[in-house]
Amino acid sequence: MGFFAELSRWFLDNWSGDTGWLMRIAQHLEVSAIAVAAAVAVAIPLGAWLGHTGRGGLAVVSVVNIGRAMPSFGILALSLPFTIWLAKTVPFVKSGLGFAPTFVALFALALPPVFTNTWAGVRGVDPEVVEAASGMGMTGVRLLREVELPLALPVIITGVRITAVQVVATATLGAIVGYGGLGRYIIDGFATRDDVQIVAGALLVAVLSVLTELGFSATERWAVSPGIAAHRRAISQISG
Amino acid sequence: MITLAQAAGDQRFFRWDWVWSHLGLILEKVTEHLMLTGIALGVGLAIAFGLALIGLRFPRSYPPITWVTGLLYTIPSLALFALLVPITGFTTMTAEIGLVSYTLLILIRNIVAGVQGVDPAVRESAIGMGYGRRKLLLEIELPLALPVILAGLRIAAVTTIGLVTVTALIGRGGVGFFILRGLNRFFDTEIVLGTALSVLLAVAVDVALVAVERWLTPWTRTRGVV
Repeated sequence: MGFFAELSRWFLDNWSGDTGWLMRIAQHLEVSAIAVAAAVAVAIPLGAWLGHTGRGGLAVVSVVNIGRAMPSFGILALSLPFTIWLAKTVPFVKSGLGFAPTFVALFALALPPVFTNTWAGVRGVDPEVVEAASGMGMTGVRLLREVELPLALPVIITGVRITAVQVVATATLGAIVGYGGLGRYIIDGFATRDDVQIVAGALLVAVLSVLTELGFSATERWAVSPGIAAHRRAISQISG
Repeated sequence: MITLAQAAGDQRFFRWDWVWSHLGLILEKVTEHLMLTGIALGVGLAIAFGLALIGLRFPRSYPPITWVTGLLYTIPSLALFALLVPITGFTTMTAEIGLVSYTLLILIRNIVAGVQGVDPAVRESAIGMGYGRRKLLLEIELPLALPVILAGLRIAAVTTIGLVTVTALIGRGGVGFFILRGLNRFFDTEIVLGTALSVLLAVAVDVALVAVERWLTPWTRTRGVV
């Protein structure tokens, strides 16, 4: 049987059940979505407030540089001793393996890009617009919520998209610390030198990543107000 | 060699004595890490230059070039290595193909942006002075684009150094070797060591490239586009 025939056979034979690829996709998306949601819940308010007050510029630069130099594989590996320790000390953390270290690593990876994009987006709002809003009597939270955040939305969503794609990619490595997800096929395939399983897993991961990217790009187009989008297109044309 | 029982029995998070007794191995892995990174950047730069020049010369070819390299960039590193394993096996070749693929998008974008960012007046004067297309590119456009190109190279270098650790899963990995072995043996010292070394290498290479940038382009300090 040729390789491609074996590959198609694999997809037909392994779609259902606890180790089938539908379940693996669900696990993969579950930990990714929870990690991104948690990062969004923490990093957007923080980034928006610091951007609004104009503080934290140095922090942003450091976060960007450190975030880039930190290997995601290392973060994942470091999460394991941390969650094992957590499981020993905190009663409601049941196991230090699998979901816990994967979530911690993905959350840590997701914070910097969401934070920096939110900060930059709010900071980048035209000062004249902010001044006009202040002149109309808007202050603090209201100014942030009604003027700065809507205008910063495209940049913030871009940050969430970049983060989500990176998180879905890195969730693959979760298999190394005992999580399910699609990485399971690749890691187990490596261990047993099962080329069909390796390639099937890799294809699923690749397709899921590309779909995440496309899905968020579509959301970006849908969520951003047409006026702001047109303005952004004009700017990107000017700056090449 | 430390056994799992010994490692588990010792509660210290980081054991310097282990580091001192394994300096030879550490040096070997650091060297491997730098080799893997260097080859990836060298080959990546060569391919990126070729594609960027095609993109600049034939503007219609630029969107498909960024589309394909963007797709390669989106595919997770482990998946890309995994797709190559049946063809090239658990080899350095597999690692390098994957690593090179990730450098392309960043490098091509910066080369194109750098060349396009050259002041049109400068370009026009050069043409007025009789520079041909080739001479214009080599003597005017590329040197002026150098700060932006080097900014791209810095990002590509730092990214690649982090990605090299993942190649531990296909039997390479540089200092990622320690991360993987530490994970398998629940030996925290190796995990911390591997991660710390990777960060240190990234910072060191970044600083070195900044020095190269200052030396090659004394006239300006600009930032990249990515």
